[in-house]
Amino acid sequence: MKQQTVDDLVEKRLRLESSPHIKSAFTTSKAMYCVIIALVPCIVSAIVFFGFYQLVVILTCVLFAVATEYIVKKVRKQNLTISDGSAALTGLLLALTLPPNYPLYACAIGSIFAIFIGKEIFGGLGFNIFNPALLGRAFLQASFPVETTTWVNPKAIPEAITSATPLAHFKFDRVLTDVSNLFLGNISGSLGETSALAILLGGIFLVIIGVINWEIPVSMIVGMIVFEGILFLIDPTKFAHPLFHILSGGFLFGAIFMATDWVTSPLTKKGMWIFGILISLLIVIIRNFGGLPEGVMYAILLMNAVTPLINKYTVPKIFGEGK
Amino acid sequence: MEINGEKIALKKGSFKGGVHPEEWKYLTEDKAFEILPKPKEIILPLTQHLGRQAKPVVKKKDKVKIGQLVAESDGFISAPIHSPVCGTIKDITNTSSAYGIPQKSIIITAEEGEENQFLEPLDPSTMSSEEIIERVKQAGIVGMGGAAFPTYVKLTPPQDKKIDMLIINACECEPYLTRDYRILMEYPEGFLQGVKLLMKALKVEKGIIGIEDNKIKAAELIGKYLKNEKSLKIALLKTKYPQGAEKMLIYATTRRQVPPGKLPLDVGVVVQNVGTAFSVYQAVVEGKPQIEAYLTVSGLGIENPKNLIVKIGTPIKDILDYCGGIKDDAVKIIVGGPMMGTPIYDLKTPIMKATSGIVVLSKDEVVEKNIQNCVRCGKCIEICPLNLLPTKLARLVQFKRYEEALKSGIMNCMECGTCCYNCPSNVPIVHWIRIGKTRIKQLKLS
Repeated sequence: MKQQTVDDLVEKRLRLESSPHIKSAFTTSKAMYCVIIALVPCIVSAIVFFGFYQLVVILTCVLFAVATEYIVKKVRKQNLTISDGSAALTGLLLALTLPPNYPLYACAIGSIFAIFIGKEIFGGLGFNIFNPALLGRAFLQASFPVETTTWVNPKAIPEAITSATPLAHFKFDRVLTDVSNLFLGNISGSLGETSALAILLGGIFLVIIGVINWEIPVSMIVGMIVFEGILFLIDPTKFAHPLFHILSGGFLFGAIFMATDWVTSPLTKKGMWIFGILISLLIVIIRNFGGLPEGVMYAILLMNAVTPLINKYTVPKIFGEGK
Repeated sequence: MEINGEKIALKKGSFKGGVHPEEWKYLTEDKAFEILPKPKEIILPLTQHLGRQAKPVVKKKDKVKIGQLVAESDGFISAPIHSPVCGTIKDITNTSSAYGIPQKSIIITAEEGEENQFLEPLDPSTMSSEEIIERVKQAGIVGMGGAAFPTYVKLTPPQDKKIDMLIINACECEPYLTRDYRILMEYPEGFLQGVKLLMKALKVEKGIIGIEDNKIKAAELIGKYLKNEKSLKIALLKTKYPQGAEKMLIYATTRRQVPPGKLPLDVGVVVQNVGTAFSVYQAVVEGKPQIEAYLTVSGLGIENPKNLIVKIGTPIKDILDYCGGIKDDAVKIIVGGPMMGTPIYDLKTPIMKATSGIVVLSKDEVVEKNIQNCVRCGKCIEICPLNLLPTKLARLVQFKRYEEALKSGIMNCMECGTCCYNCPSNVPIVHWIRIGKTRIKQLKLS
């Protein structure tokens, strides 16, 4: 019964493929879903601090991101790729960078832009130059400047306190927010970026399972400590200490979930260090000397554009070519 | 780690990168070699080795005995072939081969009788270097590590290359395969005699047996024999793929790096496989030419995994039948290991001198993954043992930018498959690299 004739085997079952014939079970789709799981603490913190309505914001972004990809793939008669989770992830990431109670029509526009212009125009997954979620965010910032800079206080804080983000509060009012609040997330800011605790939980999970490299977040933090530390030492009254800058704004969220995006970050470890440190340099420049209180988004987008150049100059030496 | 009272530390700092696929060695590691009964028909491809095809010295209807020369070496890099059975030459024609393309082969109909025509047994203690090399050449011994490079060529380095060390590759880093391990366990004395013969042939004073730390039992056993040995040592290496790749093994045991485009002998080293050393012993002491293959038949797709001693030229079907046949969910039959072996489509494909195993993979073992776009995660770069940029090479070939691929070092790729194993998007990187290398050779760019 188990013995087969040669013909049966050849025609029906034997597969011919180039070696290797065994593969690890790890896939790109799994990685995408792992990142989505890693974002759950951030989603929870968004709901805890800013209310249930934020879930509607998040779902709107995800829905429109997935729908856009679906339509583009249908129109271009390509294989559907929505099940790989990357479009949903882009929508989710975009939502978590938006201010609380963001208008839903703008959510939809941002998601459509992120997927269509940010990703599909370049050829889909793997071919985009810029982080699609951040590109969508930048588009919204340009198109809806008022909505995108209107911040709401966390529910726990009495109405009397100003609703500016800690960075704006420092930049324009010279008031430093308490570090413990920054760490927990009990501050005003974008949905997913306020709680350092939630972000770090997700980040540690992703590093442990090997989805993201620790090099980029660590190099960004090192860069921030060095550059902001120098400024802080020069004039502590004018510049905030590095820990404040690490915990406030989108720094950690960007370091762990945006800058580590596989497609738009450098390929080699050395490249990742250069990438991370330069992002921090740009953030320090924008936050301290630019007109905006926050600069993570632009810093990462700018460095996305530099990534091919970094890749070009960080080609590792082939084994045996000497150190 | 203590081997025979002597402390042997795990060699620190192996090569960079690599992967550790599930080993599956337990399927066969405790099974002693069984001798496969003589098949009815023997198919001997004339290219059993790297280099020039051997030249037949028999013709149709000739009678041959066991060990009789049927094809002679043709040129410097070539090896003679001997008949593994008594029988009659049926034909000399093209047949399927484990190379994937038809090969000219000598087909022998096996007959009754065990008459042999071996070479004259020699006394290893009185042999000179030249005599050993001559015997290795006559016996048609080829490297058992996979590439099947004629062994005597490796033993005769050019005059200007100073060889000071022989490294024995006992890593067997491919999953499933336990052939080398079984040889070490069952024939330790013969193996060590073979190693000493190789050292004598190379006139070197130093030998290292590199073995992965998942084969502790074999290391301990060999360690016992090496108790008072000054010149021959065991190096225990970390279990990871591709530890048994020549360049990686040399680096792990000696810290010497073979530069791109160079050979081990450029850094004063010759690497030989466990199976090769054992064949050398058989050729010298027993006078037996290389007419048998020691191999592992494994995988979840085969009924009874085994270690077998098989006559070269045996069709794979005979072997599978002997092992109880293949299961209903078997999807791939691979000659060699699952990382670098060749899948076959014709069960009449014959076993060759350097065949180290047959792996029948079931549906469960072949992970089904969609091929997605490269997402530039950089994992292939992180783990490439040769520090190449696999994803970049694959993409350059895809876009037919062969010259750039050549500049990026595509010809250095040893096709170990580490990158593909780990690629989350399942990009057939090695496949593209193979295409690229072939095109570059065709276009004579290099």
